Amino acid sequence: MSETLPADGLLGLSWLLIALPLAGAAVLLLGGRRTDRWGHLLGTATVVAAFVLAVACTFQLAGLEERSAEVELFTFISTGELDVRAGLLYDPLSAVFVLLITGVGSLIHIYSIGYMAHDPARRRFFAYLNLFVAAMLLLVLGNSFVALYVGWEGVGLASYLLIAFWYTRPAAATAAKKAFIMNRVGDVGLALAIFVMFAQLGTTSYAGVFGAVGTLAGGTVTALGLLLLLGACGKSGQFPLQAWLPDAMEGPTPVSALIHAATMVTAGVYLIARCAPIYDETPTARAAVLAVGAVTLLIGAIAGCAYDDIKKVLAYSTVSQIGYMFLAVGLGPAGYVAGLAHLLAHGFFKAGLFLGAGSVMHAMNDSVDMRRFGGLWNKLPITFATFGLGYLALIGFPFLSGYFTKDAIIEAALDRGDVWGWVLGGVAVLGAGLTAFYMTRLMLMTFFGRARWEDGVHPHEAPSVMTAPMIVLAVGSVGAGFLLVSAFPLSGWLEPVFGEPEEAAHVVAPLTVGLVVTAVMALGVLAAWLFVGRREVPVTAPVRVSPVTRAARHALYADAVNESLFMRPGQWLTRALVFVDNRGVDGAVNGLAATLGGSSSRLGRAQTGFVRTYALGMLGGAVLVAGALLAVTAG
Amino acid sequence: MSDLPFLLLMIAVPAVGAAVVAALPRGRDQLARQVALGVSLLVLVLAVLAAVAFDTAGERFQLTSSWTWIADFGVSFALGVDGIALVMLLLIGVLVPVVIGASWQDDAAGIGDVATDKRSMKAYFAWLLLLEAMMVGVFAATDVFLFYVFFEAMLVPMYFIIGSFGGPRRQYAAVKFFLYSLVGGLIMLAAVIGLYVVSNSQLGEGTFAFDALRGLEIDPGVQKLLFLGFFIAFAIKAPLVPFHTWLPDSGSEAPIGGAVLLVGVLDKVGTFGFLRYCLPLFPDASRFFAPYVLVLAVAGILYAALLAMGQSDMKRLVAYTSISHFGFIALGIFAFTTEAATGAVLYMVNHGIATGLLFLVVGMLIARGRSRQIGDYGGVAAKAPLLAGVFLVAGLASLALPGTNSFVSEFLVLIGSFPTQPVFTILATAGIILAALYILLMYQRTMHGPPRGVLLQEDPAEPLPAGGGATATLAAPTRSLRVLDLDRRELAVVAPLVALIIVLGVYPQPLLGLIEPAVSATMSDLGGTAR
Amino acid sequence: MTLTYYLVLAAILFTIGAVGVLVRRNAIVVFMCIELMLNSVNLTLVTFARATGTVDGQIMAFFVMVVAAAEVVVGLAIIMSIYRTRRSASVDDANLLKY
Repeated sequence: MSETLPADGLLGLSWLLIALPLAGAAVLLLGGRRTDRWGHLLGTATVVAAFVLAVACTFQLAGLEERSAEVELFTFISTGELDVRAGLLYDPLSAVFVLLITGVGSLIHIYSIGYMAHDPARRRFFAYLNLFVAAMLLLVLGNSFVALYVGWEGVGLASYLLIAFWYTRPAAATAAKKAFIMNRVGDVGLALAIFVMFAQLGTTSYAGVFGAVGTLAGGTVTALGLLLLLGACGKSGQFPLQAWLPDAMEGPTPVSALIHAATMVTAGVYLIARCAPIYDETPTARAAVLAVGAVTLLIGAIAGCAYDDIKKVLAYSTVSQIGYMFLAVGLGPAGYVAGLAHLLAHGFFKAGLFLGAGSVMHAMNDSVDMRRFGGLWNKLPITFATFGLGYLALIGFPFLSGYFTKDAIIEAALDRGDVWGWVLGGVAVLGAGLTAFYMTRLMLMTFFGRARWEDGVHPHEAPSVMTAPMIVLAVGSVGAGFLLVSAFPLSGWLEPVFGEPEEAAHVVAPLTVGLVVTAVMALGVLAAWLFVGRREVPVTAPVRVSPVTRAARHALYADAVNESLFMRPGQWLTRALVFVDNRGVDGAVNGLAATLGGSSSRLGRAQTGFVRTYALGMLGGAVLVAGALLAVTAG
Repeated sequence: MSDLPFLLLMIAVPAVGAAVVAALPRGRDQLARQVALGVSLLVLVLAVLAAVAFDTAGERFQLTSSWTWIADFGVSFALGVDGIALVMLLLIGVLVPVVIGASWQDDAAGIGDVATDKRSMKAYFAWLLLLEAMMVGVFAATDVFLFYVFFEAMLVPMYFIIGSFGGPRRQYAAVKFFLYSLVGGLIMLAAVIGLYVVSNSQLGEGTFAFDALRGLEIDPGVQKLLFLGFFIAFAIKAPLVPFHTWLPDSGSEAPIGGAVLLVGVLDKVGTFGFLRYCLPLFPDASRFFAPYVLVLAVAGILYAALLAMGQSDMKRLVAYTSISHFGFIALGIFAFTTEAATGAVLYMVNHGIATGLLFLVVGMLIARGRSRQIGDYGGVAAKAPLLAGVFLVAGLASLALPGTNSFVSEFLVLIGSFPTQPVFTILATAGIILAALYILLMYQRTMHGPPRGVLLQEDPAEPLPAGGGATATLAAPTRSLRVLDLDRRELAVVAPLVALIIVLGVYPQPLLGLIEPAVSATMSDLGGTAR
Repeated sequence: MTLTYYLVLAAILFTIGAVGVLVRRNAIVVFMCIELMLNSVNLTLVTFARATGTVDGQIMAFFVMVVAAAEVVVGLAIIMSIYRTRRSASVDDANLLKY
């Protein structure tokens, strides 16, 4: 970490980046129906303004010698030894994310103006979207783990609200709840990591923690790394917490593009990259990151091959691609830049793909079933072109962005030089082949072949307010990889954060890697053509399929595992406890009360109403007392 | 200005107000409401002025005043506040006007889910004001005997609020509430007398003054007994598992206004008592018993959260969430660190606001649907977006989402407890997942999905069986059911709480500044923090 | 002077009274037995006062007489009103005041 200076100039205003969208959200939510007419414009304007400010800030940052600036805002929580200041850290890493969030965010806001034009609750949609942008910016700009955590849960809330945007659909409501709760599981990890930091180091700020992490015991650092990884897994839909992300596709498509593809789900990658000083100290935790990345990239790719829902295929693709990023940042210094480059490129092409999918759905009466698509390439020419470019970028077609960034990850994995390097590289190459397969399948089923449309569907191209962002993103998908890896190297920009990029000794020559990956990719494309393109696509999914396909269709039974391991036992436990509380704990109390009441009424029977009985009792009592007195005085 | 006897006024004003409201002629309900609201707002103003007059750098107890009461036993009517008590007085000041505003129409719509046409609204408001006076007294007392008197006297108005204005099983709930509290109170009385005896033997002259008792050197064995005497009373009041089963009954049968004050303020007397009496007076016993208390606290967090998930009655669900939250507060107090204890005190305030709001919106929903069962609702958000929005804010505050006030306190409790009690803290942290589950499950079942259930029924005069089996006599709502969303009065009632949730979530430092000196003093009474 | 005779007499009187209260049903007789017991106590009090040479016991005896007189007034009134409503002076018939 380089020294940071108090920010001045435009950077001193970087809190406006968060405040602008937040104010937009507040106006839209509190303003009510009065803002219906212009609400979407305000929402878009605040994000575009934030983007402009972000660009200006980044230029100023580039001019600074230290390339890092801190903005102190106010004292958030200060009591005892805990002192949490609300402050922002504008450094190259956060700058990259701020540009991605506001840039892609602006495009998607613009797209949503068209996409949500006929929704009566459009104003609410823009309010939530603004809220998301504000929370996400806080997440990447915060200068302490507490600020990060606030943003972290804030994006979780925005994600919840947006997935459940069409809350009258039970599926959407359930998906939103599932997303929030699986995220919370991860959040517990992040929270515990913060507790450990405070207990061991007495601070939660980045500067304080990273400066002192070297003084900690090895076990503590590993625990920190694993807890942070748990948090990252929750937010980024990584194994074992991946099941929420595909369900999150119940939300409107722009949401899937912005939150569940381009920005929020990459927060886990941000967290691990930001915590590089911690992971540098703990090979164990880093190995765990690698394992999570490798497993997830395969799970996502396999599941992506079997789904017929266009958005779910893209969602599993996202899971898989983030697996690549985890793999990269798990490799350590060699992989950080590669992972982040892939993250940025992915932000472009996956957002573009989702927007394209949204355009297709827009044309097909909101259907997502690819078996009822087909032959759309000449009906939706702009969508087809932009989607096609995104597709090529994703599968790693030579000289498009995915080619550069994915190859960099595979190279970095191989450069480890040990057996694990070969295993991880092999997994990544295999993943590339699967990616080519499922994406080609998606292209073929959607845009080529015979039209299998449902009755009454008349495909039409989307309005220009929707196509324009798609075109911009398509251009980005084509060029981003080249720009980030070769023309304007990200490694140089991020140098103040991750240190000097070292020239690794290549185990396998980059050219060979490129050729092999391209060949595997071509194999995937060919396989997809053989299985899907050559034949007629049935409009209903075949029932008699191999166990592998069935497993893939159930996403390798992740939901079934969650259900049988956590949900059902939890329900039983809850029911059992309700019984115990009513009958056991409360029953004991009520039983005591009943016993007292019963014995008192039984004792009451002794009151017969016969005066002479009472007199006898009194006499007996008097004799007893007199006897006792005699016994005491005599004895 | 600061010479005003604020605390005495804060007790006297609502007490006199209660008498005035009760003395109003029959049928002047509107006037009764206005007087009650005016009096409660006056108390709020007094509370704010008291907070302004309070000097955080000054003495521990400020705004003190004392009158000899029973000279023979060394009892005095002594009032004074530290930062902890002061924030509780502020909470009372805010909640009572809100509750009165929320109960404004209760004569027409019924209190909660029960018709009230036979009941006297002015009596209800009079009891509320009297309750306010007693609650102020219990937090402001600096004489242990006076504290005990208020502690018991507080039961009387609440007993009548539950027993006369509650739901179908109100008698059962009220008696249960009263008996539980009384048992605890009597055990405490024994301990109070024990304390007096000890002070008599050590100081030569018996006293109940808190500051004098704090200086006693009590034999460890005696400390344990006296600690248990106080602790059991407070653990019933707070309530900690397994002394909790009265709260779901009382919370669900009490009228909404009563439930808000019961859970929001009354129960805080228990946790307040831990911090004010158990820790400083019996430091050795506190350390000895801390592990056992922590077991109860953490078990309560998880156990009550699981139970909350299993409830089908919304008010019971909210009551169970509160038991879970009280576990967090107890954890913060018995972790023996400044951070955690400060967080626990802030939690007491924040929980009053957040759960108060949750109870209020649940009550507003029940007033519309005439049913407490979650299963009778569905898709309300489509019909009543404002109600759903406020419900969500309250729910999110209850699950301690960052940006809401509860986050700050829960975070402080956990991060402060972790250094000394890592295992308990990790278990408690798992509770935040359960919190998300119980809130979101309830929210999804009532607010999301296609509109269905009781709010769609054409004939609102058809009574619906309320919870608990016994069919209540439900009055036909006088308001048209077409007006489903919050009206202006209801918005005015919830708005201050929503604003407080956000403001205290973003900028809690002023409250923390008030609380921390008192917590530090408590920790030094305890002989330093455990770190 | 020996105390024994007086005390034995008082004990016999007291026993007669106590047995009478226990075995007789007529309220008037029970009442008179109570008077008998009271007077046996008076006798004891006066005896001891004389023996010890103090007046405390004698004063106490006066108190007992006053109380007995008051008791007679209230008790007889109660018995009269019970007799008027029930046409019976048996204490066993007035047994409604229970549980």
